[in-house]
Amino acid sequence: MAKGIRDKVAILGMGCSKFGERWDMNAEDLMVEAYVEALSDAGIETKQIDAAWLGTGIEEQHVGKSAVPLAVALRLPFIPVTRVENFCASGTEAFRGAVYAVASGAADIALALGVEKLKDTGYGGLPQRGRGTVNNMTWPNLSAPGSFAQLAAAYRAKHGASPEDLKRAMAHVSVKSHDNGSRNPKAHLRNRIDIDTVLKAPMIAEPLGLYDCCGVSDGSACAIVTTPEIARSLGKTDLITVKALQLAVSNGSEAQHNSWDGSHFATTRIAAKRAYAEAGIEKPRDEVSLVEVHDCFSITELVTMEDLYLSPEGGAIRDILDGFYDADGQLPCQIDGGLKCFGHPIGASGLRMIYEMYLQMLGRAGERQRQETPRIGMTHNLGGFPHQNVCSISIVGRYEG
Amino acid sequence: MTFGILSYGAYVPRLRLQRKVIADANSWFNAALKGLGKGERAMANWDEDPVTMAVEAARDALVGHDRDGVTAVTLASTTFPFLDRLNAGVVTGALNLDESTASNDISGTQRAGTTALLQALNSRGQTLVAAAEKRDSNAASPLEMQTGDGAAALLIGEGEPVAKLLASATRSADFVDHFRTIDSGTDYGWEERWIRDAGYMTIVPPAIKAALDKAGLTPADINHFVMPAVLPKLANAMAKKAGIPEAAVRDNLSAVCGDTGAAHALVMLVHALEQAKAGERILVVGFGQGVDVMLFEVTPANEKKTGRLGVSGHLARRREETNYNKFLAFNDVVEIERGMRSEADKLTALSAMWRNRGAVTSFTGGKCEKCGTLQYPISRICVNPNCGAVDTQKPEPFADKTGRINSYTADRLTYSPDPPACYGMIQFEEGGRWMMDFTDVDEKDLEVGRNMRMMFRVKDIDNQRGFRRYFWKAAPVAAGGN
Repeated sequence: MAKGIRDKVAILGMGCSKFGERWDMNAEDLMVEAYVEALSDAGIETKQIDAAWLGTGIEEQHVGKSAVPLAVALRLPFIPVTRVENFCASGTEAFRGAVYAVASGAADIALALGVEKLKDTGYGGLPQRGRGTVNNMTWPNLSAPGSFAQLAAAYRAKHGASPEDLKRAMAHVSVKSHDNGSRNPKAHLRNRIDIDTVLKAPMIAEPLGLYDCCGVSDGSACAIVTTPEIARSLGKTDLITVKALQLAVSNGSEAQHNSWDGSHFATTRIAAKRAYAEAGIEKPRDEVSLVEVHDCFSITELVTMEDLYLSPEGGAIRDILDGFYDADGQLPCQIDGGLKCFGHPIGASGLRMIYEMYLQMLGRAGERQRQETPRIGMTHNLGGFPHQNVCSISIVGRYEG
Repeated sequence: MTFGILSYGAYVPRLRLQRKVIADANSWFNAALKGLGKGERAMANWDEDPVTMAVEAARDALVGHDRDGVTAVTLASTTFPFLDRLNAGVVTGALNLDESTASNDISGTQRAGTTALLQALNSRGQTLVAAAEKRDSNAASPLEMQTGDGAAALLIGEGEPVAKLLASATRSADFVDHFRTIDSGTDYGWEERWIRDAGYMTIVPPAIKAALDKAGLTPADINHFVMPAVLPKLANAMAKKAGIPEAAVRDNLSAVCGDTGAAHALVMLVHALEQAKAGERILVVGFGQGVDVMLFEVTPANEKKTGRLGVSGHLARRREETNYNKFLAFNDVVEIERGMRSEADKLTALSAMWRNRGAVTSFTGGKCEKCGTLQYPISRICVNPNCGAVDTQKPEPFADKTGRINSYTADRLTYSPDPPACYGMIQFEEGGRWMMDFTDVDEKDLEVGRNMRMMFRVKDIDNQRGFRRYFWKAAPVAAGGN
């Protein structure tokens, strides 16, 4: 296996816009909001950036194709800019591009920015969109909740979990994220809710009710990365470096081969193993101190706890109900509110997760700051459907070099 | 080897709209509808049309028969979804029949079904005759109460027939009891008493007599008298006038299905064949701008059990529908607010449809010749993670395989003409799976492991261009066969 990029790249600065229904903002305005914060945090000027990556998922709703919108919005000085798209994992893809550029030595300082402006569709939920000329002829008109809801059916069948127990654990996931979101001033949803509200909410896609689904938000997040050496030369002392960055992409075996049982993410398990190896983590449940996962739906977060080898297989319901992943639990998950409450502006989400890790590790997370400063943080950014998806995992941590 | 009817099948949609709810909704306007408000009519699901119903009836007729023998497909209907695109060609594709199969549409009259059958009986080769109908009707019209949606299919050819044609007769007459044009959309009819006396009772009896004379039989030799007619007791009056025993008059299925138009004579014939004993004689009358009369004798081969559902089996595969508004919405009689999500463009790239006809229309996948893995759709590189061989797949039909639900949901967010949209991963035990739409299913019946049958259905309706595309969907396996 390749040696990987552990500790080769440091985060120089980060920024994140407020997420939510930003009726007064274009995508370009949101980009600038995140960028200005990141640039100020990095303590550099625009002309010091060598290359940039833009991550967006549903560009037809806002900026359109290509990297030009980022270059124009930020007035980047004719540098190489690339637009990447990989479903809801587009943000981590932008980060990967920038990190790899620095790790390779092709760039000294690189920028990754994710953005999405989803609230211009005229209706709630994600935009309705085509799946491609050929897929449209055979695929169901599947929505995001409708595809992820199926995890629950398969999970119940595999583990013999009762619908009630599973639904209660899923409800706990959402209640926890609302609690966390209430302490985050940039979060889209900041209200606390109780279990009953979740259980009695209108059904969206069986068994996912309204509160099992994340917010659809406008927002942007941004990272500026460089090498640890350059970061130090720029005066930075507390460095957060990238320990691992892995991506696993479905090759059709889940969708077409009967080896997959539908109750978990094949990609997540593969990406997690690779990421732990790259970061040198042997016992993730004990060694990871903070996790941000792609909780687009409560059931996604539940099964992902197992796919990341944090909970034993079939054991997520118990861990969740025991409060293991609560903000004051052993391994907080979505301490910033997650996709559920911080919000899910598709292209920004992966970078937003890393932003939270960065703040927590530097002790800058305000009211929601974890008491014991986290040392190893993991983000899990998923795109697509359970039966066909892309899974990005990043591990960041304090630089000990 | 003898020529005749080799097998038969039928299809009746699962939904049965209760006529009482139609009468309750409309008798404020036309009090006479109250009298018709009994029993139920077969109601096509939103994703069914004459083409899909014909495919199901044909599959039912082909149970246990080698499809390679079929040399022609004739489809009869007055409600074809396409005016200029061979509807029988869609059926031929869905049945995955050889490209050398001749296919043609017969239309223009309520006796299109019997005409198609008669032509097949008078031709050579093996013809699959299917007739299907889904008539539009105005709200509060008697036709809305009297008609039903359905289909029948018969395989005609050389072999061991279940029934032989003894004689036939036909008459043409431009007797316009009703008409329908593109502009009118629905039927415009004349007075029933005139239709009965000057139409049926005048035009049909000489044809019946001619057929009986040719066969050297008398009216008393008829055991089953098949004559669709929505006018009450008309078949009985006809039998009496012709001298056919009253006990021979077949139930026109009005109470349980309704009149399936151009398909109805064949639906009733199939129903008669399901019950007829060897040696019995069936007289079939198809009326419409003239008449077709066919006289059959049932053979001992008819006793063989085939596993078809037929008319009886499909009538038993039934779900009561009491929501008249749903019927009106399915048939675009009322325009309901479908929401912005319904506005997504449903454009079909016809070039891509043709290129993918195997996967989309015939539901054909692939079998890897190297590792044996079945997969859908066929692809250049084998999906088996331990194989990955290139260009080793041979076409493998999936349409008649039973699948199993691996995961499912009932989705209330996404657009569906009949929410919630039920769909999920269907897994075939020998290999292969696909995320696909379910149909004819109630949310409460969804469970992992449930056996599902593939059914050819309308996938999307492209209102912008008047096109519709078809694909296969998974429906719960019906009790009792198929």
